[in-house]
Amino acid sequence: MATYDAIVIGAGHNGLTNAAFLARAGLRTLVLEKNPYIGGATVSRELHPGWKYSNCSYVCSLFRPEIYQALDLGNHGLKIVPLVSSMTFKQDGDFFGSYQNPHVRRRELMRHSPRDADAAVRFDADLMRWCRLIRALLLRTPPDPGSLRPRDLGEWLFLLRRFHDLSESQLYEFCRFFTLSIAEYLENYFENETILAHYSGGSIIGTGLGVYSPGTAYVLLHHAMGEVDGNIGAWGFARGGMGAVADALASACKSQGGEIRTDAEVVGIRVNGRRTRGVELASGETIDAPVVVSNLDPRRTFTKIMSPEDVPPALAERAERFRIRGSSGKLNIALDGMPSFPALPSGSPLTLGHMHFTDTLERLERAYDDWKDDRWSADPYTDTLIPSQYDPSLAPPGKHMMSVFVQYCPVTPEGGWDAAKRTAFGDTVINQIAQYSPDFKDRLLHVEVRTPNEIEHEVGLTEGNIFQGELTFDQLLFNRPFPGYARYRGPVRGMYLCSSATHPGGGVMGAPGCNAAREILRDLRRPDSTPEAFGDD
Amino acid sequence: MTDAVVIGAGHNGLVCATLLAQAGMQVVCVEQADQPGGLARRRVLGDCQVPMAHAAFPPGPELVRELRLDAVGFQPGPTLDTIALGREGQHLTFSGDEVSGAALKDSDREAYRQFRQAYARFGAALRPLLLSPPPRLKNLPGADLKALVRLAWRLRFGLGREQLGEFLRVVGANMRDVLEDHFENPQLRGALAADAVRGHSAGPYAPGTVWTWLLRVIDSLDGPLSALAADELIRCLPKAAENAGVDLRLASPVANIAVADNQARGITLADGSTIEADHVVSSADPITTLSRLVGAPQLDAMFAHRVAQIRSAGAVARVHLVLSEAPTFTGLSDANLDHRLVFAPSVRALERAYNPIKYGAFSDEPALEIVFPTRHQPELAPAGQTVLSANVMYVPYRLKGGWTDARRGELLDRVLKLLDSLAPGLSQSVLSSECLTPADIESIYGVTGGHWHQGEVSLHQSLMLRPVYGAAQYATPVAGLYLCGAGCHPGGGVTGWPGRNAARQLLKRRGAA
Repeated sequence: MATYDAIVIGAGHNGLTNAAFLARAGLRTLVLEKNPYIGGATVSRELHPGWKYSNCSYVCSLFRPEIYQALDLGNHGLKIVPLVSSMTFKQDGDFFGSYQNPHVRRRELMRHSPRDADAAVRFDADLMRWCRLIRALLLRTPPDPGSLRPRDLGEWLFLLRRFHDLSESQLYEFCRFFTLSIAEYLENYFENETILAHYSGGSIIGTGLGVYSPGTAYVLLHHAMGEVDGNIGAWGFARGGMGAVADALASACKSQGGEIRTDAEVVGIRVNGRRTRGVELASGETIDAPVVVSNLDPRRTFTKIMSPEDVPPALAERAERFRIRGSSGKLNIALDGMPSFPALPSGSPLTLGHMHFTDTLERLERAYDDWKDDRWSADPYTDTLIPSQYDPSLAPPGKHMMSVFVQYCPVTPEGGWDAAKRTAFGDTVINQIAQYSPDFKDRLLHVEVRTPNEIEHEVGLTEGNIFQGELTFDQLLFNRPFPGYARYRGPVRGMYLCSSATHPGGGVMGAPGCNAAREILRDLRRPDSTPEAFGDD
Repeated sequence: MTDAVVIGAGHNGLVCATLLAQAGMQVVCVEQADQPGGLARRRVLGDCQVPMAHAAFPPGPELVRELRLDAVGFQPGPTLDTIALGREGQHLTFSGDEVSGAALKDSDREAYRQFRQAYARFGAALRPLLLSPPPRLKNLPGADLKALVRLAWRLRFGLGREQLGEFLRVVGANMRDVLEDHFENPQLRGALAADAVRGHSAGPYAPGTVWTWLLRVIDSLDGPLSALAADELIRCLPKAAENAGVDLRLASPVANIAVADNQARGITLADGSTIEADHVVSSADPITTLSRLVGAPQLDAMFAHRVAQIRSAGAVARVHLVLSEAPTFTGLSDANLDHRLVFAPSVRALERAYNPIKYGAFSDEPALEIVFPTRHQPELAPAGQTVLSANVMYVPYRLKGGWTDARRGELLDRVLKLLDSLAPGLSQSVLSSECLTPADIESIYGVTGGHWHQGEVSLHQSLMLRPVYGAAQYATPVAGLYLCGAGCHPGGGVTGWPGRNAARQLLKRRGAA
């Protein structure tokens, strides 16, 4: 039987990133995946004949370019096609479009509010500043605030230096940005209701918060700091669906000598004398390795696959308390043609990008109120995309695939989920879209409705939370996943975490996996195979 | 020409004026009303009087000592326990570190003790931060830097590494999560959450509500909640001010603050008279002071914009009822009415009460904080009558369609209906009543938005961001103009800290000049 230097549990994008860097450093690395396919939440599968659905994550923007370059993912087949627009349909038949071309964008802002067109210049500059600031922290291990070790103090010094480069008022503005709700943050700039709603939406995606909840302005960054071709804030489609990200990472991992086994569900991490020994599979098979890295969220890791005697009680308690709130649903729709949107001028490029149907802050916040009371939003916020317009591999010729991310959807509606409720949830979303697209319902060939339940069972994301844990102050930076465990290390030697539940958090970013690899190699006194963050400018 | 004129004789204005006068300055304090006390002054309702601050923590020992409040006979008065009302008469009683109630598990009782102690430790570590101007983040003077280092030291070595970690986790968190971490009993959680958000326009699910809870904990370190603390304080403060030589002028509303060459020169009163002064210190809220009395044209555009953006819409209405007899609450004894009653049956119910305010409406079942001031001060009402004073959460400042007598009556009816369900027949004993919405509180007391704390104490309006950066160290960009009200660090409550910090800051800068 082969022995390994390291075992990674879960072939999601962070697990694969982690394994690729470990393999690159010369470790014999094995990735174990419970599903018959890899990818975790970055997966694309043919669930309706002829159509490829990206079941969970559906766009790519946060993936770190440093990782893309270090692992040479381009040559492993990953192509990101930039997404150039986003838009919100208004109830009065008009629309607001946001374009990447600055001149077109400004014209459109002017059409809605000349004042906001000017404010957008200030907004963009400020947002870019915060992106740069936070971006520098993504590929670093957060320092432990109580620790006096030189490495932690050094990290604090690094942070201090970053902040020292800001002016005094910029520092205060950053504090405000970090603590404000997205609605109030945007109200510092904009006055037009549709523009406010349009730019607020990104901040509630995947969270258990509303547009008026403090702390959501920061989440905007989580969706805005992505880069495609050097454009900060740009989004992109992975050609072939999000599964292409996982496939490229897997290919990179294998090319370095890493192995990946599917249909291999890990049920236990074996520990002996405070040292990690390996894992146990559902089949009863055991595999030895001195390093085990869990890409599962900490609740699963510490309360399910580690045995209670290996987990200090205080840690188990923290793991139980870790906030993972499912709040999102998803519809994957096969269409027999492109639906029409009469509000848009013919030939408008806006159908190529994100489409939203909620045009006021009140509608967005009411959607959140429904969810707080365990109902799905009667008038949900959706992020709707038709990626088959870019990528013919996703649907048969002339047909289309639509991906609808729905905020909010409860984990357990009153009485629990059943088929009728799932259909009703799907119909709520379909009816909302149909209000803006009269022929939409006639074009439906197949609709797959996914509630947090389905996402959890298929992907293994607890409660279907796309970030593997809320992105609130109490679970960010050195608090992610919990105080004292933000340095990717578990409670026993040789055991590590590399999931989105660790710093810097969710989104298809790869940074947690990369950071965990760096810490592991450090502990093994191996040369670092992970990339350094690109400098600014 | 006087050394300083202080606008407003609320407790912060009086504290500030007294400390300035004690330092040898010639101080005039002008107040628009014919009584001192600001938001804490008594309200007259028919034959009765009601103190607006019906429950408060006693002032800190530093304040009592510096203002020589003992010399004017200050007594904090009897303490208030808290009784969390249940819908079916199953109540919980909070007293000190103990909570009791029939339906309460021992684990919750013990958890409450630990919770109180843990937060008291956090509070004690933070308290010095409240007693000084908030540090700047850059260009800070050496003394500030030293204070910051001391704070970091206290947190690291006073709390220890474990507790520091926990502190940094919860400080920005929401109350709901923290309460779920510690307690099982929904009523226990609800009552604590209601205290955390009291006076604020935030639901218990909102991040930042643990911060407002911590501020309340810090207040409570100076002594338990008392029915008379605020009333006594505003009775004693004018005397202390007078002893110090403050020239207190009542019924003198201010029309504007005179500014020339970016220097405050004094004030003009509504009757047209002027008072020239080297320093103008305003305990009015920051929007009133800067946007109305100074005026945006005198300010830097971005600074004026920030001031205009201050979140200051109040969320609490006050209902006063004069009752012909003491009410009987299901499950409560008559002696229980000496204490503070809180109705917030669960965190979710509280959040539901919060939801409508976001859309300019008020909820069907509001959360209540009830005190019977006549139990401790029978002289407030004719013999035999009981005054009920209730804070009603949440009630919007901007009601959709606007506040009218009919809508006010509708709100009062909802409160009475709720009270009847808790104390059957209560509404039949009502002799007279009034319902003050945040809009009413604004027009009566002149505080923008009718907000108790002169602006939300959310994280983005706390410490060096309170009320806005550029004015967070009490000095405003207008030379000689200072803020000293609850709109400044550390915020609302009847603490006197903003007034004290502002006075000390002014004296320090004056000494340095």
